[in-house]
Amino acid sequence: MSAAHYAEIMEQRAAILRASSGIDYDRYTTGILAFDYERLFADTGYDVDSASAVQRRTAVGNTPLVELGNITALARAVSPTGKGARILVKDEAANPSGSFKDRRASLSVHEAKRRGYDGVVAATSGNYGAAVASQAARAGLRCIVVQEAFDSAGIEQPEIAEKTRACEAYGAEVIRLSVGPELFYVFLKVLKDTGYFNASLYTPYSILGIETLGFEVARQVQQQAGRFPDVVIATHAGGGNVTGTARGLEQAGAVDTVMVAASVDLAGLHMASDHDFNRKSFTTGHTGFSMPFSSWPDRADVPRNAARALRYMDRFVTVTQGEVFYITQVLAELEGMERGPAGNTSLAAAFAIAQELDEDRIVVVQETEYTGAGKHPLAQLNLARVMGIEVCRGDPRDNRPGQQIVIPEHPAQIAVAEVDLEHVRHSYLRHALASLPAGAPLGDVDLEYLAAETRTSRTCVQENIDALRGKT
Amino acid sequence: MTELAVQGAWVEIYSCVLQTSERAPRIPEDTRRVPLEMRVKGFLIAPAAPGEAAEIVTLAGRRLQGTLTEVNPAYTHGFGAPLPELSTIGVEVRAMLRERGLIR
Repeated sequence: MSAAHYAEIMEQRAAILRASSGIDYDRYTTGILAFDYERLFADTGYDVDSASAVQRRTAVGNTPLVELGNITALARAVSPTGKGARILVKDEAANPSGSFKDRRASLSVHEAKRRGYDGVVAATSGNYGAAVASQAARAGLRCIVVQEAFDSAGIEQPEIAEKTRACEAYGAEVIRLSVGPELFYVFLKVLKDTGYFNASLYTPYSILGIETLGFEVARQVQQQAGRFPDVVIATHAGGGNVTGTARGLEQAGAVDTVMVAASVDLAGLHMASDHDFNRKSFTTGHTGFSMPFSSWPDRADVPRNAARALRYMDRFVTVTQGEVFYITQVLAELEGMERGPAGNTSLAAAFAIAQELDEDRIVVVQETEYTGAGKHPLAQLNLARVMGIEVCRGDPRDNRPGQQIVIPEHPAQIAVAEVDLEHVRHSYLRHALASLPAGAPLGDVDLEYLAAETRTSRTCVQENIDALRGKT
Repeated sequence: MTELAVQGAWVEIYSCVLQTSERAPRIPEDTRRVPLEMRVKGFLIAPAAPGEAAEIVTLAGRRLQGTLTEVNPAYTHGFGAPLPELSTIGVEVRAMLRERGLIR
């Protein structure tokens, strides 16, 4: 391969993505920025019921909702009197490949088969690869997973090593790469060479697959408690989990439920850095994905990302690495559930947020994932030590990603840090303007679109844009 | 002398995707200083020795070429040793619930 070949493939990006997604994104364009987001979903022909029917065929979904009575009691032990909402968790580890990602993979693989593709390709280093491989195995399709797996010293990230093993166990080819965004080039090349379907995390199929999760949460809480949940917390990375869950809640009628996005704070670590790759201790659900994807979703492997978290977040919080490892241990030892890491980011946030609410309120953590070799606090913390990171007990406010992981000494130390959504919205609008030719005028449809994207008003969008343009 | 891996053996091959000079613009300096490398596993099409050129057929049925790095590569990820920073958390939180008469 060569620099010329790299440039050649990247230039064919639009054509390769169009052929491999089966979606002509151009037909949804309505303005210079705007596109018809809801029509993108409607044209798939799926709704919650039909998505759920497809998922039932491969035993995906309908997972248990488990009340965490001992963790709730622990939260109440450190709460003011009368505070400490009930904490429940949706045990998504019960899905066939062990995570909620089976929901995302199910409709994509179903569509790939229906449309006559011979195989599916996914660019993912996480559970999604195993989910696509598992679904492809059931559907009789070939599967290729492209991972960012090891650093320049050849050291594997243990959680990704486990996903390599799982994908291979399901009969998928796994392309393991060293660190760098040129993974996208390899991915495009594989799509072009094979003509397979792009099982992207960011198509409407992927998001529709998660709507069933939000829908089930609303229905199950209603059945168990006679009301909708007060708060649902989703671990937030690329935005699909928040988007799909919130849309599903809405469709079940849970319109007053507060949707919280929670990420592990990895401030200071660079996502494309070879040096930082094995110093993150988390492979997803962290700010390295959630910040850029919240403030500009259209950086994905499809032209228009169907995961648009800023439209759905009522609140965005971060927790520290040490807090997540602590609550993972608590979940195992107080509830007998060895799960995570991913869902435990929202569990750490739930532990803190439950303390803000009265005892009769309900907080739902909307996912767990299977735990195993490599996917475990011990694997991550042992690697962290090898990479020169200090691991100690102490005040989690002293946690420094890449330098020091501080495991709390007491559950009362677990807290969330608020991400200022105004700041995220402003950043979104800055990206939106930067994507336009200089000074290009925005039409009415674009202003309406930006208001929906940022969950604000046209006036608010116009003021922000005037301020941004005034500055430049 | 290095032993030949037999035809049909499960192996890993290596190839360099992009040399340092070919890497994309706007990537961090530390990443630009190293090549983009690829490792893929599959069944060996013809006998080959580690370190030599080899061709495999992958689980997706594709034929790929590269340098043979390992025969029947092991999955070596695991858990590692227990950490004292984690091992007392359960005892601590159970004691808090026990004090309140919530567990035995």
